[in-house]
Amino acid sequence: MLRLACPYCGERDYVEFLYGGDASGPMPELADDDIDRWTDFVFFRDNPKGEHAEFWQHLHGCRQWLRVVRDTVTHRVASVRPARDEVPAEDEKRVEVA
Amino acid sequence: MTGQVRRLAAGGRIDRSRPVSFRFDGRTYTGHAGDTLASALLANGVTLVGRSFKYHRPRGIYSAGVEEPNALVTLRGEGRHEPNVPATRVELFDGLEAQSQNRWPSLRHDAMSVVGRFPKLFAAGFYYKTFMGPTRRAWMVYEHFIRKAAGMGDPTSAPDPDRYEKAHAFCNLLVVGAGPAGLAAAIAAGRSGLRVILVEDDAEPGGSLLARRDRPATDWLQSALAELASLPTVRVMTRTSAFGAYDGMTFGLLERVADHVAVPPPFQPRQRYWRVRAERAILATGMIERPIVFADNDLPGVMLASAAQSYANRFAVLPGRRVVVFTNNDSAYSAAEDLRAAGAEVSVVDVRPGLPEALRLRMSRAGIALHPASAVGRANGTRAIASVDIVPFDAARPAPARVRTRLRCDLLAVSGGWTPTLHLLAQRGCKPVYDADQAMLVAGALPEGFAVAGGAAGRATLAACIESGMAAALAAAEACGGAPAAQGRAPAGRLPDERADAAITPVWTIPAPLGRRGGKMFVDLQHDVGADDIALAYREGYASVEHLKRYTTLGMANDQGKTSNLNALGILAGLSGRTIAEVGTTTFRPPFRPVAVGALAGPETGLHFRPIRRSPMHDWHQEHGAELTTTGLWLRPWYFPQPGESRRDACARETAAVRRTVGLTDVSSLGKIDVQGPDAAEFLNRVYVNGFSKLPVGRARYGVMLRPDGIVLDDGTTSRISEHHYFMTTTTANAGKVMAQLEFLLQAAWPDLRVQVTSVTSQWAGMAVSGPMSRDLLGRVVTGIDLSDGGLPFMGVAHGHAGDIPVRVLRVSFSGERAYEVYAPAGYGMALWQMFCDRGADLGLTVYGVEALGALRIEKGHVAGSELEGRTTLADLGLARMASGVKPFLGGALAKRQGLADPERPQLVGLELADGAGTLRAGAILCDPTARYRKRFADGSPVLSEQAPAPAAAVFTAANGSGHMGHGIGFVSSVTWSPELQRNIALGFISGGASRIGSEVDAAFPLYGELTKVRVTAPHFVDPEGERLHG
Repeated sequence: MLRLACPYCGERDYVEFLYGGDASGPMPELADDDIDRWTDFVFFRDNPKGEHAEFWQHLHGCRQWLRVVRDTVTHRVASVRPARDEVPAEDEKRVEVA
Repeated sequence: MTGQVRRLAAGGRIDRSRPVSFRFDGRTYTGHAGDTLASALLANGVTLVGRSFKYHRPRGIYSAGVEEPNALVTLRGEGRHEPNVPATRVELFDGLEAQSQNRWPSLRHDAMSVVGRFPKLFAAGFYYKTFMGPTRRAWMVYEHFIRKAAGMGDPTSAPDPDRYEKAHAFCNLLVVGAGPAGLAAAIAAGRSGLRVILVEDDAEPGGSLLARRDRPATDWLQSALAELASLPTVRVMTRTSAFGAYDGMTFGLLERVADHVAVPPPFQPRQRYWRVRAERAILATGMIERPIVFADNDLPGVMLASAAQSYANRFAVLPGRRVVVFTNNDSAYSAAEDLRAAGAEVSVVDVRPGLPEALRLRMSRAGIALHPASAVGRANGTRAIASVDIVPFDAARPAPARVRTRLRCDLLAVSGGWTPTLHLLAQRGCKPVYDADQAMLVAGALPEGFAVAGGAAGRATLAACIESGMAAALAAAEACGGAPAAQGRAPAGRLPDERADAAITPVWTIPAPLGRRGGKMFVDLQHDVGADDIALAYREGYASVEHLKRYTTLGMANDQGKTSNLNALGILAGLSGRTIAEVGTTTFRPPFRPVAVGALAGPETGLHFRPIRRSPMHDWHQEHGAELTTTGLWLRPWYFPQPGESRRDACARETAAVRRTVGLTDVSSLGKIDVQGPDAAEFLNRVYVNGFSKLPVGRARYGVMLRPDGIVLDDGTTSRISEHHYFMTTTTANAGKVMAQLEFLLQAAWPDLRVQVTSVTSQWAGMAVSGPMSRDLLGRVVTGIDLSDGGLPFMGVAHGHAGDIPVRVLRVSFSGERAYEVYAPAGYGMALWQMFCDRGADLGLTVYGVEALGALRIEKGHVAGSELEGRTTLADLGLARMASGVKPFLGGALAKRQGLADPERPQLVGLELADGAGTLRAGAILCDPTARYRKRFADGSPVLSEQAPAPAAAVFTAANGSGHMGHGIGFVSSVTWSPELQRNIALGFISGGASRIGSEVDAAFPLYGELTKVRVTAPHFVDPEGERLHG
């Protein structure tokens, strides 16, 4: 029973959010018609034991898509950032290490 | 009525001024306020209260708490009927009705008790052995019999008249259990100003102190309760169980608001389900006593020693006049003393040799006979215990021995030691570890935020419990940043010296005495699992404790093995030559005690099960007799029957109006999205498969969008209102998904695009005016728009007014007729709708619902939710031509996947009955008629016709034995009666698609055993050339 600190609305219960899956890789360019790259993005989702970057939408709030780093074992949430922001370097590193 | 023959003349916490009348199995008894059903039954001399799960053996009251395995009863009646409630946790109230369970025709004479004479048939794993003859059919025959015979209470199908609520709470510190440790913790935390919730399952706080009669203990309780009441930040919740501990320090609590009264008071629920979020939690959940296992240890009159003590001290009931206390530890000695003081004749049988002088002295002073180095080898009696056989016992070398003496008794109070209640911790993944000195499982490494105190932490004495509760609270206060505790001292009162005189000697089972056929030795009383079942399971290879649990069902009854788990571990350890630490424990999962589904559902039942969305014209539909149906969350008019009309009649009349004159339907539920911004055209160009960048202002375009994986997400029309402003419509079913995808793309994938999307579904009322005379009607209502084909061509959009109401008019068609969608601000929807109705009457205007809407679109072969169902591609839907070849679009790359390009994929076709006979059903599986088999061998395996492919699983078997193999070659998606064609038609998907047009296939509907011959047609049944659009 997570609580996520929405950067726009504050800390809210998980029932207000929609889970949006793995956020570790960027979506390929639209003009990129390489099926392997798109397959990687759509189907090969990371499912690590430990910290995991994932999308959540604050559906019953500001409707903003968020990039959440969550530990899949403890549910500790390391960061919640707007999905439109650049991915901070420390997040990248953390997820790669995990 | 025999009266309260076992009630003590004085003492206890019952209210003797308030007698309470109740009924058990139809007989009326009297108890007192403050009694439980169990204590009141015992006071009345009732010891036989139920029959056991498998063997229907007589059972009595075994405990005084939540751990009760035997005394399960059914409460109340009608809609308030509640089975499987432990009588030990039922507070007595006037008029309480309780029934015993699992007996027929009566509790005293149970027909099924004969089962108990053939225990071998029901040994461990009997489900898999006894009733599994050579074929599966054996189980089919026996299952009915077993399900009926084995069991718990029956449920009711009557609706529950009571309300259930959900509530949320937050606190710094949650303290679970209001025994001495929990009270001390709550007081210490309250003194520091922490917001504390103290939860107690019982009706009043006190825990083990409620069962004590010594002054220091009761004085301490009184002063603690007084101080607790003075602390403003402490909330005490009694009659509340903390049944689950979840992620993020969330706890599930069940408050039994009105279970202790016949009917909930006005405006009160029966139960309330709390979700509590705490910063920290202290589990002061105490310990549960466990028994020692011996032959026929399930007879009524065998009871936990602490329970006997509780009945005497708390409820002023003498549970037996001649009592044998059987123990391996010191705790039962105070029970023996209290029962003696209450007037019973008491002897103590202790497995330990060489008991210390202090204990011997206490017993002789109290006038209690002591039998050291001895054990109870067997209990004797038929429906109640009459005597016990005492054998010499050496815990180091337990072996069957001759009976040394027989002690007459009507109560055997047994104590095999104590088990800390660690369920909530275990639910959080904390593995308990075995403490061999105390012979108990204690908490292992604690999860963050948790502390354990008191008995749950293995503390045995009152002073140690209070001290550990205080210490845990001080640590919590520091962690929560509370004010430093004013004082760490316990409330006033001198605490008794309770140090143990001798250590516990762990003993799990006593071998059956020599010289007589052994009785059954029960480990799990509620599921009738014996020591021999564990041994058998072990011999058969179930050496892992998790496997043993599932094979024998030990610990899987609704008491979750609270009194049996550790004994089972001890027995398994003995069998396998391992230690308990090596054997390990099973996993506890929520709930700690049974929770009614009704309480978890709370008020979200019936109409409140999920939200309902209504159109702005909903009231009009209701006033005009519409039958309603749901589409997603929306409540929509299904059809508008005139007196005496069936659904088909109404649908035929409504569609006829659309095809011949003019119809009006409510399309407010369509998803509507406002797309604005300088890059809106580019954005739409990316999300739709077809081009949108060249769409001029004032025109609309039909578009299809894919998911990133290349599957069709949705379709709809999007119109260009102005240079940077578009109005998108989606299907009713997919509106939410489309909106979330657009938002995701704009925020996460393409944040550089200057576009805003806003859902305006609720802001616009929408209605479709359709039919050859739709333009005439529109002209009577709408001003400011040139409705000529030149002024507003097909796929044109324009703005005007209907009276004072601003309207947006799209010339689009779902029915294939000339039609317009008219949108107005939601608040004006009803007025606009009424204007159409008023001014269209003489044109024959007919309102129509979604049934007619569906019939019209199926006749035209338009796809809708049933076809856009998340598995279909553009090509499957016959829309491949729409995909732009000159621009990239979302999903375009993966739409080219090999599997999606497979020409064998089922493609959209029309279907109709080949012979005009049979039934077309949505969901039917289309099968190749050459793959049909006709008959079966005697064992049921099919004989294939010669042309058939290799056998796979049968998709379908008709009543006559013929059927189909494999998975079919397609399916039926939408079905309607076509008023225009006067026959049933359908849309569906079939492998080979258009190449099969004209051929016949089988439509199988296994649920009803139907096989129907259907003909494949083109998906356009009416006006395939689309001439009527301009009519």
